[in-house]
Amino acid sequence: MAAPFDLNDDTVVVVIGTGAGGGVLSNELAQKGVSVVALEAGGRYLPDDYINDEWESFGQLAWLDKRTTSGDWRVAKDFSGLPAWIVKAVGGTTTHWAGASLRFQAHEFKTKTTYGDVQGANLLDWPIDLAEMEPWYEKAETKLGVTRTGDRAGLPGNNNYKVFEAGAKALGYEQVHTGRMAINSGDYDDRLACQQTGFCFQGCKWGAKWSAAYTDIPRGEATGNLEVREHAHVLKIEHDASGKVTGVLYADKDGNQHLQKARVVCVAGNSIESPRLLLNSASAMFPDGLANSSGQVGRNYMRHMTGSVYAVFDKPVRMWRGTTMAGIVQDEAKYDPSRGFVGGYELETLALGLPFMAAFLDPGGWGREFTTALDSYENMAGLWIVGEDMPQETNRITLNHDAKDQYGLPAPNVHFDDHPNDIAMRKHAYERGMALYDAVGATRTFPTPPYPSTHNLGTNRMSEKARDGVVNRWGQTHDVANLFVSDGSQFTTGAAENPTLTIVALAIRQADRIASELSKGNL
Amino acid sequence: MTKTMERRGMTRRELLTRSAAVTAALMIGPNLVAGVSGAWAMEVSHVSPQTMATLIQMARDIYPHDHVADDYYAVAVKSYDNADQAAMIEEGIASLNSAAQGLGHGSYLDTGWERDRVDILRAMEASPFFQTIRGGLVTSLYNQKAVWPLFGYEGESYSKGGYIDRGFDDINWI
Ligand SMILES: Cc1cc2nc3c(=O)[nH]c(=O)nc-3n(C[C@H](O)[C@H](O)[C@H](O)COP(=O)(O)OP(=O)(O)OC[C@H]3O[C@@H](n4cnc5c(N)ncnc54)[C@H](O)[C@@H]3O)c2cc1C
Ligand code: SF4
Repeated sequence: MAAPFDLNDDTVVVVIGTGAGGGVLSNELAQKGVSVVALEAGGRYLPDDYINDEWESFGQLAWLDKRTTSGDWRVAKDFSGLPAWIVKAVGGTTTHWAGASLRFQAHEFKTKTTYGDVQGANLLDWPIDLAEMEPWYEKAETKLGVTRTGDRAGLPGNNNYKVFEAGAKALGYEQVHTGRMAINSGDYDDRLACQQTGFCFQGCKWGAKWSAAYTDIPRGEATGNLEVREHAHVLKIEHDASGKVTGVLYADKDGNQHLQKARVVCVAGNSIESPRLLLNSASAMFPDGLANSSGQVGRNYMRHMTGSVYAVFDKPVRMWRGTTMAGIVQDEAKYDPSRGFVGGYELETLALGLPFMAAFLDPGGWGREFTTALDSYENMAGLWIVGEDMPQETNRITLNHDAKDQYGLPAPNVHFDDHPNDIAMRKHAYERGMALYDAVGATRTFPTPPYPSTHNLGTNRMSEKARDGVVNRWGQTHDVANLFVSDGSQFTTGAAENPTLTIVALAIRQADRIASELSKGNL
Repeated sequence: MTKTMERRGMTRRELLTRSAAVTAALMIGPNLVAGVSGAWAMEVSHVSPQTMATLIQMARDIYPHDHVADDYYAVAVKSYDNADQAAMIEEGIASLNSAAQGLGHGSYLDTGWERDRVDILRAMEASPFFQTIRGGLVTSLYNQKAVWPLFGYEGESYSKGGYIDRGFDDINWI
């Protein structure tokens, strides 16, 4: 059914990457009758292929191409070759994600105005606001089947949630529930209800969790307007003498290179690969990289202020049973600088299996302090902290000319230093997280350092003025009219909330814009 | 377990007669390391049995779990018994032994208290040898499916229908 398009067909929209941004955009365009070629570096895996085994699944799905790190963040020390935990597959990281789906708060679109000048932070207001985004959020929630939105019920709480909820209530928190999750609490959209298998990060074998891999992608293909080419790794975006993009060069699974012509190109490779691709597309006309007249491509890399708290009790919890992340405290997400930092954070339940717990509880740790923690694995509960981090110009993706990927292209280096605001917020969140578990009788708590980045944001940011960022309010690059950015790298600032609902809402909105501009002959 | 690493059901007596040396829990023969209980034995062909026994002890001292038997640690390090890595292992274990001797012990294995062995390891914590062994154990020990039940971890659940009817919310003390 998938429409095959000719390499020389220059009427197609080329979408690079098929994750939350690219997968949704491709389907939405196809539904509107636009011809789309989506190029995806990874292969295609469906629920039958997913593996209930942490490391085996990681080996199947993770993006493991060469990357390097620098900066004072702990990930650079603990996981120097793996700055981010991202998927290379049709559907992108929506195969791995946990499904937490939250709207931004109104002030989070306007942080420069709300927070004022924060030293060392490159804050900027988004050129859009919550009121404008609300209808798109609603469409995104309906698409993803987000629980506790529309008339969809919440998920039942698992063991990990019950401990978390009791602790949260003991501390006086009020906004405590099993989350707004893109996981079916009842059958929805031809997909089953959650069976509480507990391997949400490894791809949901029941299809209960939304993933572009088995929703938007096949639906787009069914229209006959979308061709998804898997194992198609884009190396460079080409342009003509007028500065408009004309197509993309990609390598197929045998390493053979092809040039796919295009009328419009949309970049959605997640926030490390998207800016890297623009930088690797430098030319005589654009010596600093495509769409980079502002010098902001690759800068303002954000990863959310994160951390985890695990706690051991004198009785079993068995946190791994059931949903990986269905539980939230939202009371700390507010703006309240009296806590000693701007921005807020969410506390969300999180469970890891024994193999990942051994790798992530205290990377590098050994001896009895470490092993007695794992001895109590069965009695452990856990939560994840996700908060707004400060955009900093010096936190950035650059090309590392000393490290090459499998195609001989410079690998991305990911540089990140924590901002003092990030550090103050993390300290506060650790204290609250540990207090939460202490309140229900924890015998030991662990303030666990951040994992490789699962939320990667901001490296092609949206700005009103061309000099402040890379794309405008539609995700269209300021410099090149027919070049768009369609993933989380558009984020001007990160907000406290998990990003994917906003990525999806922006992609639905962008599809609307591109389709209408195409029909008006403006692109 | 593989051919070189199986529970052979040898008697303790049989093993003892084949073994040249016995440490607290490990027996060391001309080409094998075995559990004193006789429950398991492992043949080595590239590193010496003495070295492998020391490596097994080192693995336990890095990640000590008193309810996890030696054979799981043996499985976790047995892949180092190969032509490419044997020299690196022999050299690393030799430095461990000389550190032990510097503190007045006969060898690392002869160092009776875990506390003293851990002191030796702490002093070499930054070495590539230590970091290779420690880093490898994170997966070679904890990603052994046979180890999981010892920690209560249940592993794969899809084939059993998930936990929806098997206790995802069965906590009764909170
Ligand atoms: C373990 C985990 C849990 C998470 N949980 C949540 C959660 O609960 N809630 C939430 O909101 N978010 C969550 N996230 C984050 C979420 O998955 C991402 O925010 C989201 O998927 C990002 O969308 P994206 O379109 O930017 O990129 P991705 O979904 O990563 O898609 C990018 C795609 O582009 C492809 N690609 C990259 N470069 C190229 C190239 N040069 N050529 C061709 N293809 C290319 C990649 O292979 C990939 O398929 C989680 C992430 C992880 C890892
Ligand atoms: S817990 Fe639910 S959502 Fe998660 S993998 Fe299992 S069935 Fe899917």
